[in-house]
Amino acid sequence: MSKEISALAAGILFGLGLAVSHMVDPAKVLGFLDIAGAWDPSLAFVMAGALVVTFAAFRIASGRPAPLFAESFPPPAGKDIDARLVGGAAIFGIGWGLVGFCPGPAVSSLAFGLPQSLIFIGAMVIGMAGARMITQGPAVATGTS
Amino acid sequence: MENFTPIPALIGGALIGLSAAALLLMNGRIAGISGIVGGLAAPSRGDIAWRLMFVAGLIIGAFAYRLAVEPDMALALTPSLPLLLAGGLLTGIGTTVSGGCTSGHGVCGIARLSPRSIIATVVFMVAGGATVFVMRHVMGA
Repeated sequence: MSKEISALAAGILFGLGLAVSHMVDPAKVLGFLDIAGAWDPSLAFVMAGALVVTFAAFRIASGRPAPLFAESFPPPAGKDIDARLVGGAAIFGIGWGLVGFCPGPAVSSLAFGLPQSLIFIGAMVIGMAGARMITQGPAVATGTS
Repeated sequence: MENFTPIPALIGGALIGLSAAALLLMNGRIAGISGIVGGLAAPSRGDIAWRLMFVAGLIIGAFAYRLAVEPDMALALTPSLPLLLAGGLLTGIGTTVSGGCTSGHGVCGIARLSPRSIIATVVFMVAGGATVFVMRHVMGA
């Protein structure tokens, strides 16, 4: 049960962060990606703010034997730079640029009650399930994501 | 840069970082949203409840902010239906094939100094920027 409660708390923090920074709004994200237009660097500041905290968290984790509610920390990240990594990231980037949603903001945007959020998430989940069925690699399923 | 909001961006980013830190130090999990949601697309026993709780939290957190701080906040969600479908599909396929998204690769992976995540982040940002450039400045959408 503690695992579920901590996951809920972490999810709330994440959703708050996306709302406070307005990253839940596709216009804000597209403003960052539109370097040739009225460029809005805010997204870089969101990443910087997050990285300061997560960088410390991974250093803390490396000095501990185990997480509070689980047996082990995630295995070290893989090292292979392959076509799947680069091709997959490029495909995701195109989808990101088309709408301005990545998975977190898309889910959080459900708080605004717009049908567009559901349509995007539905297509995204179909894409995820389809890609899993075709690649069938458990390494994909549990990767660094 | 009239829309630039550095302070809320830094605060929001820190909250996202705290979320990732909490999930890592309590549950030993990487806060990658595509991975957490993707695990629901192919559910395995005993691995569903925490994912659902995290996803519920994502919505509750944004809703609470809207309710308590910015009741007038609205999203500019203008893309047409075909664009929404294509964007969602490509996002689902791409994040599954490359094993992460903005949070998994972009925040957690870079914090672990993972070369894979650094490359993935550069690639999806360049691809996203190129897509917006074509849409806005070539096609004029």
